[in-house]
Amino acid sequence: METFDFLMHGFSVAMLPKNLLIALIGAFIGTIVGMLPGLGPINGVAILLPFAFALGLPPESALILLAAVYLGCEYGGRISAILLNVPGSAAAVMTSLDGNPLATQGKAGIALSISAVASFIGSTIATVGVILFAPLLAKWAVSFGPAEYFVLMVFAVTCLSGLVGDQPIKTAVSALIGLGLATVGVDAVTGIYRFTFDSVNLSDGIQFTTIVIGFFSVSEILIMLEKTSTGRKVIEQGKRSLFNVKEFTFAFGSMIRSGAMGFFVGILPGAGATIASAMTYASERKIAGDEGKFGEGDLRGLASPEAANNASACGSFVPMLTLGVPGSGTTAVMMGALTLYNITPGPQLFTEQPDIVWGLIASLFICNVILLVMNIPLVGFFSKLLNVPNYILIPSIAAISFVGVYSINSTTFDMVFMVALGIFGYFLRKLNFPLSALILGYVLGELMESNLRRALSISQGELSILWGSPITMSLWVLVVLMVFMPIIRKLYRKRFKKAA
Amino acid sequence: MTMERVFSGLMGLFSLFLVYLAIGYVAPIAYDPIGPRPYPILIFSLLALLTLVIAFRPARFTKALDLGYNKVVVRNLVLCVSALLIYSLIFEPLGFIVATALMCFAVGLLFAGNPIKSLIFSVVISIALYALFDMALDVILPRGILSGIMG
Repeated sequence: METFDFLMHGFSVAMLPKNLLIALIGAFIGTIVGMLPGLGPINGVAILLPFAFALGLPPESALILLAAVYLGCEYGGRISAILLNVPGSAAAVMTSLDGNPLATQGKAGIALSISAVASFIGSTIATVGVILFAPLLAKWAVSFGPAEYFVLMVFAVTCLSGLVGDQPIKTAVSALIGLGLATVGVDAVTGIYRFTFDSVNLSDGIQFTTIVIGFFSVSEILIMLEKTSTGRKVIEQGKRSLFNVKEFTFAFGSMIRSGAMGFFVGILPGAGATIASAMTYASERKIAGDEGKFGEGDLRGLASPEAANNASACGSFVPMLTLGVPGSGTTAVMMGALTLYNITPGPQLFTEQPDIVWGLIASLFICNVILLVMNIPLVGFFSKLLNVPNYILIPSIAAISFVGVYSINSTTFDMVFMVALGIFGYFLRKLNFPLSALILGYVLGELMESNLRRALSISQGELSILWGSPITMSLWVLVVLMVFMPIIRKLYRKRFKKAA
Repeated sequence: MTMERVFSGLMGLFSLFLVYLAIGYVAPIAYDPIGPRPYPILIFSLLALLTLVIAFRPARFTKALDLGYNKVVVRNLVLCVSALLIYSLIFEPLGFIVATALMCFAVGLLFAGNPIKSLIFSVVISIALYALFDMALDVILPRGILSGIMG
């Protein structure tokens, strides 16, 4: 039962008063960021990252903060989805389908409370899943050599292209841009400067925070500028603010099923909360059949995407902690945060940094409890914040973003560069190149190259090492499968349509 | 659609330029079998290939995109980007408080703020953020032209 001992150790880390306070603050900020339309977990984590650093937080506390923000966003997204019919983050799109009809029927309070419980159940299932699966996966992955890692990362990148976005080629382009950006700077092996254009500021590579904040925060400001919508109306909570036992048992099965499914979707690299919630919503609708009132305010249709998006957020920690390959855009940012601390996530992390791994896992439990407690009584307070006008909100986000970037190196160069990246990111987003793939590519970039070169050093330049072992072979098979995934999906859909 | 082609085409050309640069990255001593050159060449060649495919693929493979541009939107975007760029440049000379107040006021106006409310908010937020970051969080921010007053 060594897992149990480690978990208890994790709780002893996560229960330190400092870490509890950090989790509380993170959960609070996360709920607000998740609730505000347009701002999702990546933005929240990106903006807070420099401050975790500036505050001199130890790595485990910084991760707890970012994880709390991440989970908080998944909770917060539902508030605006239900009350405004505007999903607060992409993963909450499905939540608005049944959540908003419930609210217009005067059942907003019930919708909010039951979706909070669904979120709680989803993430609890997934956290248990993390405890059961992650140590096993880590043990297995310890035997991975550089060649296996390289192929694993190729798999992660192709997995993205197969699953994210409407056009695989655009996702691939995004991932390649990320991989390319990671090559900027001095080459660690030979000391050659690559793509620095003789600028001192680029010799260390592009700062991770500059990339994340530029691509996500600045581009978001420009996107929001286009839809300066007016006349949003927040729906009142209604008579009853808590669901009853009957309603709970009605939706309970959906929560359990969706939580489990969300967890497994979350483990896949790149397939994050958005896909998980869409998949579970579809399958629950199928299970409910003709009796279901999906789309008109069915509690199951509200509970299942909420359970799933939280579960997949927790599930995406599994590949990050065990393999060093993030399972979502947000965990990619967190992985980048760890590398700022000179910690490379991977299977060794479990044995070398038990404080970080188990402290993080235990804090997922704690954050969930905090969020549940925070989200039921305080929901009225949070929904008032939806009335904060954009002319206050956006300049504040802009100023905080700039301070964040400035705080790392104190140079104006980083700020100008961030704006430039923001403009580039804005065009990428307008043209549907998914930025989460870009950030995943950037985080994996350096590791991918160094593993490739290490593998080839071991084999003295013999390329066959890249497909010599059973693990690499099976990974390549998966890569090929993923490349053809979009075509398979298309064919499947066509047949499905014919049948219907 | 045209914008997608133009943008991808430009990315393609730039990637080719980067491939050209990468060809020059030869290490004086070979520390490892493949050196610093092949990997960036591989990445940027793939990028060039895919972006050029997007730029020149037949219309039936593309999907219609509604960019929703009109004169007002484009003007606002340009103004907003300029405000942010100017902000980066005046951040150090004018100091955090003055620069941030100016930026917040400008961006606030773009987001349809009422001028008087925006102005009050800009001043309040820039002082509040300075207090939060510089004093509470130990992020040292430039004082700029206010350094005399603030001692």
